Amino acid sequence: MTIQYNPEKRIPHPALWGVLYRSSTPFWEGAKQKELRLQRCKGCGAFLHPPRPMCPHCLSAESEWVRAKGKGKVYSWVTYHESPNPAFKAPYAVVLVELEEGPRIVSNMIDTKPEDIYIGMPVEVVFDDVGQDLILPKFKKAG
Amino acid sequence: MSENIRDKAAIVGIGVVDFSTNIGRTEWYTACQCIKRAVEDAGIEMNDIDALVKHKDDGPDPSYVQKGIGVDNLLYHSESKYGTSAMLDAVLAVTCGAANYAIYYQPAHRASGPPKSLSEYRVARELKDDMLDLVRYDFYSPFGLIDAPGYVAMNVRRYMYAYRATPEQWGWVPVVLSENAARNPKSVFCKKPITIKDYLDSKMIVDPIRQMDCAPKVDGAVAIVVTTVEKARRLKHPPVLISSVAMGTAPEGQVHTSYSRKNIAELPEMASMAKELFRTAGVKPKHIKVALLDDTFIPYVPMQLEALGFCKKGEGAAFCEGGDRIRVGGDLPINTSGGAMAEGKFDTARIVEAVRQIRGTSPNQVKDADFVLVASGAGMPADGMILRRA
Repeated sequence: MTIQYNPEKRIPHPALWGVLYRSSTPFWEGAKQKELRLQRCKGCGAFLHPPRPMCPHCLSAESEWVRAKGKGKVYSWVTYHESPNPAFKAPYAVVLVELEEGPRIVSNMIDTKPEDIYIGMPVEVVFDDVGQDLILPKFKKAG
Repeated sequence: MSENIRDKAAIVGIGVVDFSTNIGRTEWYTACQCIKRAVEDAGIEMNDIDALVKHKDDGPDPSYVQKGIGVDNLLYHSESKYGTSAMLDAVLAVTCGAANYAIYYQPAHRASGPPKSLSEYRVARELKDDMLDLVRYDFYSPFGLIDAPGYVAMNVRRYMYAYRATPEQWGWVPVVLSENAARNPKSVFCKKPITIKDYLDSKMIVDPIRQMDCAPKVDGAVAIVVTTVEKARRLKHPPVLISSVAMGTAPEGQVHTSYSRKNIAELPEMASMAKELFRTAGVKPKHIKVALLDDTFIPYVPMQLEALGFCKKGEGAAFCEGGDRIRVGGDLPINTSGGAMAEGKFDTARIVEAVRQIRGTSPNQVKDADFVLVASGAGMPADGMILRRA
């Protein structure tokens, strides 16, 4: 099972405008090109997610965006039985995936029933064109 | 902070505008009313008030309230976000001499009223459905992780996994709260006790969070008068000493969604706060007779018991199981007003209940309630206080 949308309602888009969240733009540009990108500190090599203006470990302000392998494990998950937004049809699951590089990202599973998700489940990234000019990095069970 | 503030300030008055789900008044009105009642309770004159502090998200600014209550001059005014953290402002204002009598007020009409702050109201109006784009939510909302119950559920799932904690265990928290609420004549929500089965049958909102895990929205207003112990001793009530008040944060924090942390099955902000709180007060968890915990989300209650040092990590859910240890008469009675089951989500109400316990006027009075702990801000920057009988 895959998350179902209500085509008449707008899926909440990432906020690419506004000073506070401008640092997330490269992530979403990557998604459009079907690449999972992460911010990495040029000073100490630490991955920084969510992205931020400087590295909290070495205080370097220099960072780069690198392509992640897109492999990881389910770290936690939830299942909405009541939709909090009309764009999403309940029930649907949201997963927190711990990537091999270390950062954890929020996403959805493709072709997986909520009851089949478990902590530690190996997953790999797929890109889901959900319409409305939005391509989302999602995950499927790794083979 | 340090022991410098231990027992230096006191709560000398409380004022409450009764809670309801439709208060039918402006927040300006209820702010002024609860302050009037708190000043009367303290036995001081309105014009003695020279400091106003408030929760950032709720109610009118101090300048509006000043006009409403007719105070000539404010020597100190401030706002603080999260939980009951403005209490530290009030204590610092009077202990360092910036002001003499400080009022901490929180009028919040979250059940019926306008969105909680004007700026949020403007944003909601301008963006309508797109409002969600603005909020954190760059990385969560597009995937349907949108509301606080969902954010919290992610941590709770991990808590269940890490410590084998179950809803059958923490479900006893709402059971005990409902018992307390049923004995509280001012309870808005729960009038008779529920059973563990009622809890487990409660509608699943976002698994593993049920409807009964989420505190309902409520209208109400609370004001608290704080002054120095020296001034307090000349007033009507025996002073309620503020042994300690503290805030706490932790690395990689983000309200309810600190998902980048090594372990999300714990409340490290609350643990940092507790360390400071107990050190400042010079007491230990075993000295606390009543704990008034943040019950906005029920599974955070066992996690708070762990963070505050009332039990070991991973043992919070077992502590709650069966309810006997958290009932009046048990090891650590919690939320004796009925908490969220009586008064919904209203952080400052816990301070009022703490004062009642020390004055001996709680609807669920604990014997010899000489040290009472209040904790707020579970899953976010935390704060708390230890109040003590003089």
